[in-house]
Amino acid sequence: MFAGRDVRSDFPVLHQKVGAHPLVYLDNAATSHKPQVVIDAVSRFYERDNSNVHRGLHALSMRATDGYEAARARVARFINAASPAEIVFTRGTTESVNLVAQSWAAANLRRGDVILLTEMEHHSNMVPWQVAAERAGAVIRYVPVVGDNAEHGLDLDALDRLLTPEVKLFAFTHISNTLGVINPAAELCRRARAVGAVTVVDAAQSIGHEPLDVQSLGCDFLAFSGHKMAGPTGIGVLYGRRALLDAMPPWQTGGGMISVVEFSGSRWKPAPERFEAGTPNVADAIGLHAAMDYLDGLGRPEISLHDHALAEAAYAALAELPGIRLLGPAGRRAGLVSFALQDAHAHDVVTFADQDGVALRGGHHCNQPLMRKLGLPSSVRASFYVYNTPQEIDVLVRSLRRIITFFRA
Amino acid sequence: MSDLTELYQQVILDHNRRPRNRGRLPVANRVAHGDNPTCGDQCSVFLRMDGDRIAEINFDGQGCAISQASASLMTTQLKGKTAAEAQQLYDQFHRIVTTGEAPEEISDLAAFAGVHAFPARIKCATLGWHTALEAIRSPAVAPGTAGVGTV
Repeated sequence: MFAGRDVRSDFPVLHQKVGAHPLVYLDNAATSHKPQVVIDAVSRFYERDNSNVHRGLHALSMRATDGYEAARARVARFINAASPAEIVFTRGTTESVNLVAQSWAAANLRRGDVILLTEMEHHSNMVPWQVAAERAGAVIRYVPVVGDNAEHGLDLDALDRLLTPEVKLFAFTHISNTLGVINPAAELCRRARAVGAVTVVDAAQSIGHEPLDVQSLGCDFLAFSGHKMAGPTGIGVLYGRRALLDAMPPWQTGGGMISVVEFSGSRWKPAPERFEAGTPNVADAIGLHAAMDYLDGLGRPEISLHDHALAEAAYAALAELPGIRLLGPAGRRAGLVSFALQDAHAHDVVTFADQDGVALRGGHHCNQPLMRKLGLPSSVRASFYVYNTPQEIDVLVRSLRRIITFFRA
Repeated sequence: MSDLTELYQQVILDHNRRPRNRGRLPVANRVAHGDNPTCGDQCSVFLRMDGDRIAEINFDGQGCAISQASASLMTTQLKGKTAAEAQQLYDQFHRIVTTGEAPEEISDLAAFAGVHAFPARIKCATLGWHTALEAIRSPAVAPGTAGVGTV
């Protein structure tokens, strides 16, 4: 039950057994499941409206174009952007970050400039900047992760030292996909802006779980994926402040993004079309629209409370297990819990739990440098969403107890 | 749990708890490093080749029970073998972990037959072997220098 409503019945994939056991899906930080309304929206597009956008004058093309642009406007409302022109559709968070790291960096990054990141970045918000820095001769610095297990977080005291006038861009994650730490994004944006740095917020782990308003955050760019917020795979968003987007060169070129093409050269459309060369992912943009409607129907403050409560309950229950090391803060954490067991490697844990129907993630979670710093080759992650229940945490804990017993024997 | 007890046989649990031939080998004249980028498992294999024969073999690294036990058991199987025999043993091992069928004469490696029911774990079982074969093919290095900067 979720706010008095049986949300589990909205998600057809949940109603299956894995082996002999009902599926307990706790890998939502990797991808979330899709409610029937999203599946229907995508199917309906292919059944009734399928056509290419922006170029056709016939009925289906106009319907497809309307649906695609309505999805863009819906994203703008969902994150309180000033205009739909600030919403660029991409394949996902990774492509959104790469767009900024290529287009913005090409126009703005110079030798000796500094890109500031944090030590808790996902590889997809680290590697694109390493490549951009190398190309421009820029330097990367990292805000350290400090604290012991109970209070891992960014070293905010180090920020003043790190945020020098040479910092041209500060990219950071809103919520760590490994630690579950919720970073004070508005404060980080404010302090970056004070030195004139452009900010990029990786909202992959927050967009589907927390209320999010780009104007009150004060960020310049924000990146997220549809598939972690009950939407389809293959669709994502780059939000960019209009003045910044309009001043950026294209990063991919082709149809759909040009205003005039001559044999001698071409001119570009304004944002967002400038950054959407080729036929876009119309169907999944429309699916994402349905996902946003669905999440707002449940209520995003309610989703946040639900996920935080499950994660805190899981943290407390897991803390009772022998030989466990929990990562990240005990309180005020996002809807995920990562841990390592003394007696069993993460992959062995995931294989065992799978036999009990419990879907977990084990590995470095695309956080190799952070895991190295924490002295862990790998960890196990349980991550929650609207359809998860306290009973599923009980199943998880029982399964982990069996695993510990097996490997200790 | 039946598939699981097939997967985590006593031989495997034993090698995981008490790995054989683990740690750098100061006299090694061949070394290779392998990893599974998707899961972060790492393995280094150190060899002292005497002509075409593996005179000594050690491994080091970190990873799941399957990968560690497999590398440990492998070292006990490869010591004294020629390069060609090592390749043959690997071919047999690969058949065991992919088909679950093990000829009786290689009883120790047969402990890994349960892996075939867990396709995602085959790469764990073969990591050490791939690394060892690469070490055999690698150019000779002066003893004492092998293993610098390894895991």
